[in-house]
Amino acid sequence: MSKQLALVIDLNVCVGCHACVTSCKEWNTSGEAGFLSDDNPYGRDPTGTFFNRVQTFEVGEFPDTETVHFPKSCLHCEDPPCVPVCPTGASYKRAEDGIVLVDYDKCIGCKYCSWACPYGARELDEHQKVMKKCTLCVDRITDTSLAERDRKPACVLACPTSARLFGDIHDPASEVSVAIRENGGYPLMPEWGTHPANHYLPRRKTRRPLHADELVRHDNPLKVDGKLPRPATSEPSLDDVTSW
Amino acid sequence: MRPAWSVLFFTTLAGAGQGLFLALVAGDFVFGLPTPWLLAGAGACLALTFAGLVSSTFHLGHPERGWRAAARWRTSWLSREVIVLPVFLACVFFWALGLWLGWPERLVTGLALLGALLALLLYVCTAMIYACLPFLQEWRTPLTVCNYTALGLTTGTYAAALLAALGHPPMATGYASAALVVGTLAYLGRLASLLRNARLRPKSTLATAIGVKHPKIVQIAQGSMGGSFNTREFFHGRPREVVRAYRLALLWLLQPVPALLLLVGGASAGVLVAALLLHYAGLLAERWYFFAEARHPQNVYYQAIA
Repeated sequence: MSKQLALVIDLNVCVGCHACVTSCKEWNTSGEAGFLSDDNPYGRDPTGTFFNRVQTFEVGEFPDTETVHFPKSCLHCEDPPCVPVCPTGASYKRAEDGIVLVDYDKCIGCKYCSWACPYGARELDEHQKVMKKCTLCVDRITDTSLAERDRKPACVLACPTSARLFGDIHDPASEVSVAIRENGGYPLMPEWGTHPANHYLPRRKTRRPLHADELVRHDNPLKVDGKLPRPATSEPSLDDVTSW
Repeated sequence: MRPAWSVLFFTTLAGAGQGLFLALVAGDFVFGLPTPWLLAGAGACLALTFAGLVSSTFHLGHPERGWRAAARWRTSWLSREVIVLPVFLACVFFWALGLWLGWPERLVTGLALLGALLALLLYVCTAMIYACLPFLQEWRTPLTVCNYTALGLTTGTYAAALLAALGHPPMATGYASAALVVGTLAYLGRLASLLRNARLRPKSTLATAIGVKHPKIVQIAQGSMGGSFNTREFFHGRPREVVRAYRLALLWLLQPVPALLLLVGGASAGVLVAALLLHYAGLLAERWYFFAEARHPQNVYYQAIA
């Protein structure tokens, strides 16, 4: 089976620090594909193009609430609805590793692919007027001049809690496949049949179930709690030495 | 979705051009119309469609690369539209040229039929751009194709009636009657889609969007403080009163008021100018509402800025 590179994002350990956002922006705005434009970065209503954003949601009602930090980027769908609608072929899915990419030189900026993405993963660059999206740092993961351990997307390397895993989800033995299989990895909006390659790991709680009988000592046949009577000095001691 | 005026003008103007051509060809087949009037009609048709084409380029970030859009006709309805539109324009042009230069009857008829086929195909392409997107539930219906076709035909028939009143008065009443019938059918089709869309329930919720099974999820932050492409492109951002005004314009101006005007005032040039303008205003409102009422599932990720 062909390769399908993807991210697996563990919502259980994401702390919402935005390190993945800043490292993504830093790497991808400095690459040969050109900058990711910003408007009013330090003024009112700052806005700009990002491949990755961390959103925050509150689940439940006070006092039973939980904060979920939710990193969101292109999911590199196995059946990407954004690709067939592109009239120029600028939007494509690489056969060799399943990364969904945009050829910025062919893009006419018609925004149709962004309409065809249910996740809102694509953003039009307001100055270059072409559609931009997560590339899984394709220029970095394929750069053989880098050390093997550095050939990962910038967001994965930046994450301080290792909430982001990267690998081939078609390889059943890969770290990401094992994580999806063993930790309940799930796709987003499965109702649209896009088969996202990126998966998310759910929040998980470690609970110790206590039953009533566990609160009482088993090895207490007389049901008496307290000090046992002192043995007589003539009685053998446990180790036959400390008899007193 | 945010209605883009470039697209509103493109779909309405090109639709009117196609409808006008179909009205001309139909009228000529049934009644045999004078060539000079047909030539004027063909000119109006070319002008309308070309104006639409020009308007559509304002939607593109890189119009100079627009020619590339013909590449993916196997999968993309937008690409198919980009191919069919110039072929339709060329067909209308050569049909008019044939009429003018007195080409053989059979050739001119063939061009007229081919042009009619292309006009209908172009309606399908334009509508399928919207109807083929599975998760825009408001658009994902055969009614979208019906409405684009029927509404374009209506505008074209109103335009043909006006041209007839100006240049070939015997046909004015005929075309005006056709506009009444076609327009009313189109209006009923649009009402049907409004009723259908009012009952839609979004398939995607925050629970499926972030994969947390809980009925009460509130967004605290969306990852940007001043909005992004996602908050600009997929929300119309207008207050409820404005949306209601567009809806009222759709409901009254699209057909009831122009039809009433025709029924009361008759098929004179003045009345037809007013009817066409009112209908076109209603059509723009219809197209605006078509985009504004479509709720994109990505919007569930962009409900609160913080």
